[in-house]
Amino acid sequence: MNTLTPLFTAQPSGEATGNIWDWDFALEIFPEILTAFIQVTLLVTVVGTAIAAILGLVIAILIRVLPTPLALIVRWAANFIRMTPIVVQLLVLYYGFTWMDPLLIGFIVFGIHYATYMSEVYRAGIESVPKGQWEATKALSMSAGRTWRRVVIPQALRSTIPSLGNYAISMFKDTPFLFVISVAEMVSVAQDLGAQTFRYTEAITIAGLIFLAASYPTALLINRLEKRLAYAN
Amino acid sequence: MPTPTDPETPVIEFVDVEKRFGSNTVLKDLNFSVRRGERVTLIGPSGSGKTTILRLVMTLEELTGGYIFVDGEPLTHREKDGKRVAVSAKEQKHLRTRIGMVFQQFNLFPNMTVLENIIEAPIHVLGQSKSEATAKAHSLLEQVGLPDKANEHPMSLSGGQQQRVAIARALAMDPEILLLDEVTSALDPEVVGDVLNILRTVADTTNVTMLIVTHEMSFARDVSHKVMMFDGGRVVEEGAPEKIFSDPTHERTKQFLSAVLRDA
Ligand SMILES: Nc1ncnc2c1ncn2[C@@H]1O[C@H](COP(=O)(O)OP(=O)(O)OP(=O)(O)O)[C@@H](O)[C@H]1O
Ligand SMILES: [Mg+2]
Repeated sequence: MNTLTPLFTAQPSGEATGNIWDWDFALEIFPEILTAFIQVTLLVTVVGTAIAAILGLVIAILIRVLPTPLALIVRWAANFIRMTPIVVQLLVLYYGFTWMDPLLIGFIVFGIHYATYMSEVYRAGIESVPKGQWEATKALSMSAGRTWRRVVIPQALRSTIPSLGNYAISMFKDTPFLFVISVAEMVSVAQDLGAQTFRYTEAITIAGLIFLAASYPTALLINRLEKRLAYAN
Repeated sequence: MPTPTDPETPVIEFVDVEKRFGSNTVLKDLNFSVRRGERVTLIGPSGSGKTTILRLVMTLEELTGGYIFVDGEPLTHREKDGKRVAVSAKEQKHLRTRIGMVFQQFNLFPNMTVLENIIEAPIHVLGQSKSEATAKAHSLLEQVGLPDKANEHPMSLSGGQQQRVAIARALAMDPEILLLDEVTSALDPEVVGDVLNILRTVADTTNVTMLIVTHEMSFARDVSHKVMMFDGGRVVEEGAPEKIFSDPTHERTKQFLSAVLRDA
């Protein structure tokens, strides 16, 4: 955290020109920061969200369909993962599986960690499906598979999309934690660039703006998806 | 004892049925049978167990004692070496596909179109082809007076229309037994007649066995072969509708009918 101090004191130092914002320098470092964003931050968020969305649903369904003792074990494991800091989970895998690519560790940890959050969202979604819907599937002798696929999951998803989207954005904002396992994600790249020249303002501001530029359309996208999933029309 | 007793094998037979919810015994020592093609209306005060009987036949409630036979085969349990043994899921499903139910609250699938609601089970449970199921669905929609609603979503229909779709959905499975639990109770009064007329037509034109719970006494009188009056989980009185409605024997039936007819 010490390395961030110059940002807050806005202390021009070293070779600094005295300007608070240097456009030339900003343009020079922008491609490198954007590359780190696409290759790491965005990639981990997209892959992590995909894993979390699918695994979260699997966990929620397992808790619902497994016999009680097994369901309790799944539930306990999910709670355990959810209640442990993501930084600790990253470090455990990093030091425990040294042969593993740190980026792969990022996918796994973000995917599984957020799956435990998303499973709770799915659980609430599944519980919100009225009892009458289950009874109708039984009266029609629908198989368990068709019941889940055609009736319960589509209806459960409808109420979960906004929360799932918010978790995706929250995962996105957690990606800087990847620095603890030496993955060159956007914020650490920006920080390094700042450290080389003692000009942190441009580097960190660019990183922040890229975050904003990515989160905002995502929020809009979630909004549209939510509307498309609405029933009437 | 727990084998079908009627020689011509009733479609539904209850033998010593008992149903408890926790410590609350709702049905006790209940015995009755329904013949093929027979339409039976259950009447009785609130809480007398009418819905529970229908839900037991649909296997939506767990039977806590006794036996239910469908077409002479045990629906939930059979007696084996003096013990009650649960039937396999496969055996039960085999019987359940012959039973259809229409619910008070319709319970259509809101995420599917009207057509998808109707063809889902015929295709995936009965194994019909999509074209066969679709053709049947369109003719059923015509029959219930909604020929142009196939591609609508249920939420865009009125209650009466939704219930007519629910009837079409149940009939698409070609059930031997149709269970109707107060299917007009959630409807606006002006559309009740339409729905009842559709059911009258179904009764007139098919041989489907019906178990009906309704507060519409004139409908019950028109369509049923037999009326059973329940109270406290027991059959108080049963007989032809003309007899029960015009000349009930038991005091309890008289009280109930005069209360219902006064409210109507
Ligand atoms: N799921 C349940 N859990 C506990 N008790 C129940 C349950 N379902 C029904 N009961 C009880 O069983 C009894 C019979 O209920 P049921 O719904 O079969 O009555 P009903 O004759 O259909 O009444 P109504 O005319 O009001 O629909 C009632 O005392 C009710 O409280
Ligand atoms: Mg009832």
